[in-house]
Amino acid sequence: MSRYSAMFERLSGEGAFGAFLMLGDPDLESSAALLDAVIEGGADMIEVGIPFSDPVADGSVIQAAAQRALSAGVRVADCLELIASLRRRNSQVPIGILTYANIVLARPGFIRDSAEAGADSLLIADVPALEAQPFVREMEQAGIEPVLIAAANTPDETLKRIANLSKAYTYCVSRAGITGTHAAGQFDAELIDRVKQAGAPPPIFGFGISKPEHVRAALDSGAKGVICGSAIVNLVSRRQDVASFVQSLKAVTRNDSMAE
Amino acid sequence: MRLNGRFGRFGGCYVPEILVPALEQLEAAFLDAQDDPEFIAELNRLLANYAGRPTPLTRCRNLAGNIYLKREDLLHGGAHKTNQVLGQGLLAKRMEKTRLIAETGAGQHGVATAIVGALLGFETVIYMGAEDVERQKLNVFRMQLMGAEVVPVTSGGQTLKDAINEALRDWSASFPTTHYLLGTAAGPHPFPTMVREFQRVIGREARTQIIEQLARLPDAVIACVGGGSNAIGLFADFIDDPVRLIGVEAAGKGLDSDDHGATLLRGTPGILHGAETYVLQDSDGQVTDTWSVSAGLDYPAVGPEHAHLKDSGRAQYVGATDAEALFAFKALAEKEGIICAFESAHALAHALKLAAEEPEIAILVGLSGRGDKDVAQAQALLGAGLVDEIQAKALLA
Ligand SMILES: Cc1ncc(COP(=O)(O)O)c(C=O)c1O
Repeated sequence: MSRYSAMFERLSGEGAFGAFLMLGDPDLESSAALLDAVIEGGADMIEVGIPFSDPVADGSVIQAAAQRALSAGVRVADCLELIASLRRRNSQVPIGILTYANIVLARPGFIRDSAEAGADSLLIADVPALEAQPFVREMEQAGIEPVLIAAANTPDETLKRIANLSKAYTYCVSRAGITGTHAAGQFDAELIDRVKQAGAPPPIFGFGISKPEHVRAALDSGAKGVICGSAIVNLVSRRQDVASFVQSLKAVTRNDSMAE
Repeated sequence: MRLNGRFGRFGGCYVPEILVPALEQLEAAFLDAQDDPEFIAELNRLLANYAGRPTPLTRCRNLAGNIYLKREDLLHGGAHKTNQVLGQGLLAKRMEKTRLIAETGAGQHGVATAIVGALLGFETVIYMGAEDVERQKLNVFRMQLMGAEVVPVTSGGQTLKDAINEALRDWSASFPTTHYLLGTAAGPHPFPTMVREFQRVIGREARTQIIEQLARLPDAVIACVGGGSNAIGLFADFIDDPVRLIGVEAAGKGLDSDDHGATLLRGTPGILHGAETYVLQDSDGQVTDTWSVSAGLDYPAVGPEHAHLKDSGRAQYVGATDAEALFAFKALAEKEGIICAFESAHALAHALKLAAEEPEIAILVGLSGRGDKDVAQAQALLGAGLVDEIQAKALLA
């Protein structure tokens, strides 16, 4: 069973809390410690960004994180090693990579290397379902699960394609635009219903999750979990405690399932 | 998508999922408009009565060889950019958008977008790297004068590629009301195809004009390549003809230096700004900074159709250095009384080389823009002695 399936089974209805960190932000050593901190705070799944110079799907917070990592001289090989060492420390937690197509293309064997490092899934922010086929084929061969994005304006036909192509979970964006805490999500239950109806992997809401009420709203919409990115990365940039923040948002997923 | 948006292995539509419906809407509007005689007639009216088409074809009287200049410098707005902003502006109307966004480097495309924004009544926002805003104050004021808002972009290297990133970010939230008026034949499908079709008029006119003047086809057709829009517009109607197609990239301080914008000559295949194409990047896939004396050629990717024309061998791509371009700029001013854009001077620089090697051939050069925007910089550079006298003699001989 994949680590994602095992996680959903273990949670049995409790919402999954995904914590996003940019690998190498602000430097390699701190980055390894931050990965441990979000797990200590109770994150059920870890999403890691591999920094790219031109992240068009990201708002200012995550752009700055990528820039910090690149300025610190962090290379793709370093990021894969961070993943591998996290995997050595923790054999259970699902690790998903979020990056951009040019990073995947530039390194021959990137997908295989990611799988070998112990990553469970790969989301390429600028590869929509329309262009996903060749990437997905390579991921299947390497044994890493493809994740695709669904948004409120994604037609049912595309959701069907996502159902056919992807595994792990479906990254549902809670609102239009880019990552960031500048605007809260809409947590549209209709999108979640359509994703489920299309038979796509479990829907998880991302974008604009920074407060307990966002987590609650996301789970109330029927999503199986949330991914919190910019709010955590913001704390990293201010060198503030991420573990207790993750703990406070993760707590909502437990209360929420008890209320049901 | 109705078209596949590929040029050989290049092109495609590599954007976040949320933008796919916006690009599908754009493709549909573009294809429908192409079959709509009323749309075509309105565009042609604007091109003729507002922008000043057809532009002349001028045979150089005093420069050596047989060089013919396609005079996009005489188009309203001062560059070929106006052709396609009128096309996209009308499409935006057709899609009932109320707001235009665009990226700009030196400000040429920003000015062109501001023109169409004023003419057709759009709210217009131009993203421009903060460094470029500083360097191009006059163009910033031109845009503002025509009612556009100029937003300085402070991310990344604060130049053209960062302005494109920021425009894409805006568009991924604003697409219901906003058209992204991309400035060149690059980016995700359908932009490369659509921009080529709106720029095709350059080559269509030039082909007819040179046959009128010369009673035959030219031997070589030369254009500068930044993102590739003026070049693809000039090449498009010559693709099936037995003529050499030559694109000239910015060789900056030299192709063997780190300071150039020669994407096709020095880049490797990658994915940037929505398309698979050649990209200047490091071995990790991080996009590198570029350099050219001309801001319009200072871009680390290139339109995917050029990537294909290069790999298929149908077109040849060469470089011209800053110094060579500046020399050509000066020569054209001195010998022909035409002050051209630094971008266009790259094309002319290669034409001068070719004319020296093969004096008998007829060369068609895309003079993509006028040089008003560059005169202050030219004054500084020429004063600093960037044009080597020996090189000057060799080229003018
Ligand atoms: C006069 C002129 N020529 C050429 C270019 C390069 O663009 P493209 O390669 O799209 O024609 C520019 C871009 O700003 C320009 O202003």
